[in-house]
This record gives sequence, C-alpha cells and structure tokens, in this order.
Amino acid sequence: MIEVRDLKKRFGTHQVLNGVNLHIESGESVVIIGRSGGGKSILIKHLIGLLRPDSGAVLVDGQDITPMNERQLLEVRRKFGMLFQGAALFDSLTVAENVSFMLRREGKHTPGEIAARVEQALDMVELQGTQNKKPSELSGGMRKRVGLARAIIYQPEIVLYDEPTTGLDPVVSDSIDQLIQRVRDRLKVTSIVVTHDMRSARRVGQRILMLYEGKIYFTGTPDEAFSSKDPVVERFVKGISDPKEHTF
Amino acid sequence: MTGYVTRWISEWIEGLGKLALLFAEAVRSLCIHKPNGRELLRQIYFIGVKSQSVVLITGAFTGMVLCAQTYFQFHKVKMDSATLAVVSVSMCGELGPVLTGLMVAGRVGAAMAAELGTMRVTEQIDALRTLAAHPVDYLVVPRLLATLIAMPLLTAESIALGITAGYVVGVHLLGIDPTYSWQHMLRYTDVSDVVMGVLKSVVFGGVIALVGCHKGIVCGEGAEGVGRATTEAVVYASITILISNFFLTMFLTPLLGGL
Ligand SMILES: Nc1ncnc2c1ncn2[C@@H]1O[C@H](COP(=O)(O)OP(=O)(O)OP(=O)(O)O)[C@@H](O)[C@H]1O
Ligand SMILES: [Mg+2]
Repeated sequence: MIEVRDLKKRFGTHQVLNGVNLHIESGESVVIIGRSGGGKSILIKHLIGLLRPDSGAVLVDGQDITPMNERQLLEVRRKFGMLFQGAALFDSLTVAENVSFMLRREGKHTPGEIAARVEQALDMVELQGTQNKKPSELSGGMRKRVGLARAIIYQPEIVLYDEPTTGLDPVVSDSIDQLIQRVRDRLKVTSIVVTHDMRSARRVGQRILMLYEGKIYFTGTPDEAFSSKDPVVERFVKGISDPKEHTF
Repeated sequence: MTGYVTRWISEWIEGLGKLALLFAEAVRSLCIHKPNGRELLRQIYFIGVKSQSVVLITGAFTGMVLCAQTYFQFHKVKMDSATLAVVSVSMCGELGPVLTGLMVAGRVGAAMAAELGTMRVTEQIDALRTLAAHPVDYLVVPRLLATLIAMPLLTAESIALGITAGYVVGVHLLGIDPTYSWQHMLRYTDVSDVVMGVLKSVVFGGVIALVGCHKGIVCGEGAEGVGRATTEAVVYASITILISNFFLTMFLTPLLGGL
C-alpha cells in the first residue's frame, strides 16, 4: 500500500508538485496521466525515495519514507522495481549483467539459475539472445524492454513503470501491456504506470489518476475518465489541444 | 574583490566538508560490506598500471632537471658532491608525491568525475539506488581503495626513477664524483623523508578519489555538467594537493623527527 500526503516539490521557482494526495492499494494497478512536463516522473521518483520532497509524506506499507537516510531507503526499495523513462541501463555492463544485477547482488543464486532467469525474463520482453550485447548496441525501444526485464526479474511487490510503451511499435506495445497485466495478475504486484498512451492506459489501469498543475486533478476508472465531461480530462483523453495555445 | 575571495575560500572549505562526509560514508560502507574484489582489481589496474607511463616520465625528467639545476648552482661554491643529496631529499619528501599526485589527479580524478557524472546524468546512479545498491558501496569504495593502494606505489616508482635519472645525469653527463655523492645522498636522506613521501601520497590518493567521485556524483545536468565536473575535479584535487602538501610538511616533519 502506498499513500502520499500533501507532497510538495519545487525546483527553483517552478512548483512542480503542489500538494499531491493519493492512495494506492496493494495489488492495484494505477495509471498516472498528465501533460508532458507535468511532474509525473518526479512524482514516482518520490514514491521510491529517489527524490526528497520539500514537504509532505510518502508512506509505503504504513512507513513514512521521507525522513529515512539512504541506507534505510535501500531496504524499502527492495520491495520496488522501477522502469526509468530513459531505461537507465548500466552502459558498462552487458544486457544479461544488467538484467541480473539484483539477483547477483542478493548472492543467493547459482550462476546457472541466474542465466536461466535472465533468459526467461528476456523472453518475456521478446529480446531472446541479446544477453551479450551492450546497451549501446540496442535501439531505444529495446533498451526500454531490457530496463523492464531488469525491474521485474526479482519479482518486486510494487513496480513503477515510467512510460513503458513510449517509443515502441504498436505490436510490441501491446505485448508490453499484456506483460504488465500478467505480472500484476500472476505475482499480485502493485503496478503504477505513467503513460501518455490512452489505449494502453485503458488496458492496464484499474484506476486512472490525472496529475494537473501539481495536484491529482482527477481519479476514477478508465470508463469514467473516457466519459468525463470535465474539460481538462476530456481534452486529455481525447487528445485535443487547447485552441488558445495556437497563437502564432 | 575581497567578496570574491571570501566566497571562494568558503566554497573550498564547504567542499572539504562534503569530502569528509563522503569519506565517512565510505568508511561506514567498509564496516558493513566487503568491497567487491573484482571491481577493486579492475580499478587498481586502471589507476595503477595504466598511470605508470605518465608518472614515470614525470619522475624521470623532474629528477634529471633537478640534478642539473642543483649542480649548476652548487658547482659555483664547489659543493658538487651534495647535488644528489638535494635531489634525493626533495624527490622523496616533496616532488615525488606532489607531482605524482598532480599527474594522477589529471588522469584518474578526471576520468572518475566524467564516468560518475555521465552515470548521474543518464540516471544510472538513480537506477543503482532503485536496485538497492548504495552508490558509495558500489562506485566510491572500490575507486577510493584502489587509489589509496596505487598512489604510494606510483610515488615510490616515481621517486626511485627520479633519483636514478638524476644520478645518471649527474655522474655521466655532468661528471660528479659517483662515490662521494652516493655516500652524501645516503647520509642526508633520512628514513623520515621516505616515510613522509609515502604518507603524503596516501593522503593525496584519498583526495583525488574523493574529489573525483564527489564531483561526479553531484554533477550538473547534461554534457555541460559532465564537462564542468571533470574540470572542477582536476582543479580542486590539484589545489587541495598543493595546499595540503604545505601543511603535511609542517605537521609531519616534527612528528617524524624521531625516526
Ligand atoms: N532536476 C531538475 N531541475 C529542475 N527542474 C526539473 C528537474 N527535473 C524536472 N524538472 C522540471 O519538473 C517538471 C516535471 O518534470 P517531469 O520529468 O516529472 O515531467 P513528466 O511529467 O514526467 O513529463 P514527460 O511526460 O515529458 O516525461 C518539468 O517542468 C521539469 O522542467
Ligand atoms: Mg516523465
């Protein structure tokens, strides 16, 4: 269970998060939508303690993580898997070493077991046989899928996906959506998905949260979002720009 | 003007404070975890083995020019045979550790700042943190240990080669009497000079690794940030080496006097 209370964060004079409140149950899958630059990536980095808020609290299983030091946070983060928007693969390591990073650190598995799990994880993201490639040899979409494999291989309780399908072709996007659903249903994980892709939001989300002007502006089921008459939500889900913005 | 100077000094002291915090975290990490042996060896190879050519050339030519210059001055007062003693004492206590430190700062400190800085701007350090790996355990500790091990060895090599090169220049080129000057050199070079050089090199090694890693970890955004981190790492490490060298000489000389 994750709870966020009145979270505020500013960079210089730019108030990115201005009092975010949200509550995510265990096993739930939530989609966070919002404008580009609206603070979605910043928000999920707060959930895992990568950034410290200016004020407010983030509770993971009832434990406030905001006052913790880095070593205490490391323990909490074992529950989490995170896919970064830019994949953030370790470029000095091979694909297999990237994917198995957490397993190798745990030190509980034999090299044979690790190789088998890596193969299985790469299979899930449709990247069979790329074990010995370096991240620089992969395309953007392939890197993202390696990042996804790295985040889910150790079966965390909560997975944060930052734009998992951006930059992927429609077929692979669909298979990633299915993968997110499978991971959620099989392993009972809590999934938090940031996306701009409304089709995928509808497929993977049980609940949609919309971040707008630093606050959670809307929360509801996908059907409620798609039938909303609120102008901000409606424009976003239908992809209509504000006519005022075309001033030249 | 004075405002600028005081700001510069306070920033430098603040930087030292951050280095101390990073060092404390590294020591804490060493108490909890065994460092990764393979990574440590890889770093020793990169820092120690790969820096040799630079450090050896620096040591040799410094010893040579020092010998020549000292000889030119001493020859006027007929003290030719003291030349090598001067070369040896100054190579051991000052020039060996300082010049090795400066060369290693340029090569290794810059590389550390660039590597860690790139990892930071591409979110790889954040990725490490989400995979429950502390950046200090995984990145800083192996680099720090490797530099602490490599620096005294590199310095010793540089001193030895500097003195040898000075001897060759002095005896074979300038015609100093080999037996006398060798005896003088041994008489005036104290164990404390050698110990001082080694101790200094360990401190400089720590400074280089901590400054390089720190500048990398706190690197600003983008390619510009990485560039700035690299430059700052070299500049700060070099200045810190030069300034701390003075204080180390002042403090260590009375301490080592008893040896
Ligand atoms: N390190 C930083 N320093 C200053 N401003 C920042 C920093 N990181 C993010 N921002 C600002 O915070 C805002 C939110 O950024 P964020 O990355 O969360 O957007 P986002 O909603 O994920 O957008 P996108 O959908 O394009 O990924 C942006 O306006 C950005 O300029
Ligand atoms: Mg984002």
